[in-house]
Amino acid sequence: MPDASSPVLPSPQASLLPLEVHSLCFRVNQETLVDNIDLCVESDGISVIMGSNGAGKSLLLRLLHGLLEPTSGHILWNGRDLDLATRRRQALVFQKPVLMRRSVAANIDFVLRTKGRERRQQRDQLLQQAGLLRQRDQAARLLSGGEQQRLALARALATEPEVLLLDEPCASIDAGATLQIEQLLRQTRDRGVKIIMVTHDTGQARRLADDVLFMHNGRLFEHRPAQEFFAAPASEPARAYLEGRIAL
Amino acid sequence: MQDFSEAFTLAFSLILGADADLVEIIGLSLRVSLAAVVLSALIGLPLGAFIAVLRFRGRQVIAVLLNALMGLPPVVVGLLVYMTISRAGPFGWLNLLYTPTAMIIAQTILVTPIIAALSRQLLEDLHREYDEQFRSLCLPTRRVIAALIWDARYSLLTVALAGFGRAIAEVGAVIIVGGNIDHLTRVMTTAIALETSKGELSLALALGIILLILALSVNAAVYGLRASAARLAYA
Repeated sequence: MPDASSPVLPSPQASLLPLEVHSLCFRVNQETLVDNIDLCVESDGISVIMGSNGAGKSLLLRLLHGLLEPTSGHILWNGRDLDLATRRRQALVFQKPVLMRRSVAANIDFVLRTKGRERRQQRDQLLQQAGLLRQRDQAARLLSGGEQQRLALARALATEPEVLLLDEPCASIDAGATLQIEQLLRQTRDRGVKIIMVTHDTGQARRLADDVLFMHNGRLFEHRPAQEFFAAPASEPARAYLEGRIAL
Repeated sequence: MQDFSEAFTLAFSLILGADADLVEIIGLSLRVSLAAVVLSALIGLPLGAFIAVLRFRGRQVIAVLLNALMGLPPVVVGLLVYMTISRAGPFGWLNLLYTPTAMIIAQTILVTPIIAALSRQLLEDLHREYDEQFRSLCLPTRRVIAALIWDARYSLLTVALAGFGRAIAEVGAVIIVGGNIDHLTRVMTTAIALETSKGELSLALALGIILLILALSVNAAVYGLRASAARLAYA
């Protein structure tokens, strides 16, 4: 992985934390997909949302970022409602990266221009961090899966987010690319960016998580420091999940 | 069959001889139709993009209306433009009747719905792909539209091509508002209509062949551009 000696620093504003969620529900056609979630995330570092497929992890992430309107309940970032200004201080990386029909560099430039700071040097720095400087002039859609995800991550970092949300960023990429992304995430965390990440890869959660939010059937069963969670999960669904049993 | 071979011989002798009248007619045909396509693109692309991106009441109705307008009969458009710019019409004072400008206006009206409707469909598909990412970036609508048009530019070329095909091939509108005046408003299609009515079938067919070659060349050029864009994964 390239060295990240010239980090992109988060903007020096009041923190977006704590994140408080009160009685959050999301329903579609009478079906409750996110069920009455209460949570509070105060600490920096990497919070990992875990759970099996269909647990509501990705929905929760989209709700936290404001891509979906909750059916009921409140999401407060440092006491503020999820307004446009708050959303602009976050970035989300999707499970399947949505890259524009442009070159690798132009994908980053697009975001930098949006933020009113198109700087070639900053773009190259981001690509260097993501290990994509050599592919700068390639069409983004011709990159491999892992490279595409790293570009999506670099583009998210180009917005200089204070909170980085990731939805299973390593779901369909190989081990080498996963390692590169995890290193990039650690570097990002070490620069003070709060990371909230969805994964159902237990190994990845063990490697990265500072705290774990465990979801099952749309409900939040546990929110505890990662070490405690992995050592002794308190709920039956979490125990079943970590032991590889199927919990209904 | 004799007519066909005579027509081909005539067509190639006209082309190779660079007949001055023919060059003038081809030049005017291209000028009028290209100007109409450019104007239609300036109106139709943003219109199609707005309908693709914005959610408002009546959006579906406008989309259906645009689709229906793609089949506007050229003679009806010609008639309406004629009534508008003829001496007794509201814009009679502009003295546009029987000028290339009138022909450009008529063809613009014919081509704009085609470009708007096809680009709406195309940009809507691309917008569906980009939508969550763009909403995550909190982009203003104008930036979304500009980005969609830019990223779909190679596909939109085909849309413009469809518009050009409609413009260069139509005769009903330009003959009504242009009048097929020699050295002034005579274009390929009106010349073909005239020569046919005079019984000069070989000359009419020769002009038809040249028109086909012209359309094929433009199509081939755009196809080549799209193919290279697709190779680079930009389309």
